[in-house]
Amino acid sequence: MSTDMKRRIFLKGSLAASAVGVAAGAGLLMPQQVLAAWPKAAFEAKSIPDALNALMGSGDTTTSDKIKIKAPDIAENGAVVPITVESSMEGIESMAIIASANPVPLIASFNLSGSAMGFVSTRIKMGKTGDVVGVVKAGGKLYSASKGVKVTIGGCGG
Amino acid sequence: MAKSSIKIRAKTKKGVTTVKALMTHPMETGGRKDKKTGKLIPAHYIQEVVCKHNGTTVLTANWSGGVSKNPYVSFKLAGGAKGDSIEISWSDNKGGSGTQTAKIK
Repeated sequence: MSTDMKRRIFLKGSLAASAVGVAAGAGLLMPQQVLAAWPKAAFEAKSIPDALNALMGSGDTTTSDKIKIKAPDIAENGAVVPITVESSMEGIESMAIIASANPVPLIASFNLSGSAMGFVSTRIKMGKTGDVVGVVKAGGKLYSASKGVKVTIGGCGG
Repeated sequence: MAKSSIKIRAKTKKGVTTVKALMTHPMETGGRKDKKTGKLIPAHYIQEVVCKHNGTTVLTANWSGGVSKNPYVSFKLAGGAKGDSIEISWSDNKGGSGTQTAKIK
């Protein structure tokens, strides 16, 4: 457990750096997924880069200040955490919400088309304290922003 | 669970339409145990949500069991006029589905 905790802290600290490295490795191992109606592989992935790779074809994200994540600093109830991801970027193709500490990190992805604007809001479950990552795909590139949410009561256990 | 179970509120203001929807669904992840029997509760969650504005798809959402029970979703559209139709439909991993149509106010 203690190594796991350390790993978690390490992951948090170097999320951006490790994402690039792991993505490069994952890219070699995983064949390009054929997009089905529901991206099963993306939701089965246990790591964020794997999930993004399966979902959006790349695990390489650039941190952007054009993405705003609205989430509580402290979530009293991990079963219901309101999250809003908003971006002013042009040409947004899709947006994803990821809870880094969850057993299944990828929570939701939204494909935008037509007149949809860069704004999605929903409520998610969080197993424990961790970062909520908002990923935006615009113009073929991935951008991300994250926000730490402290969870006092987890929402994934029974 | 195939009953219509979506509440939709759509309002337009200054050229931006905000759509809010609330669905009724247990959203079981499949990783939770029944406290009495100790057995895993089978996964039952919405996988896909499709939102249409006047028949044109504007948002397709793919979800995991990580979305909260009785999911809420909100999004914004550029444009949209009063009386336009907003249709939201969902389908879950057990083959259930629901559809609801509302008008922009």
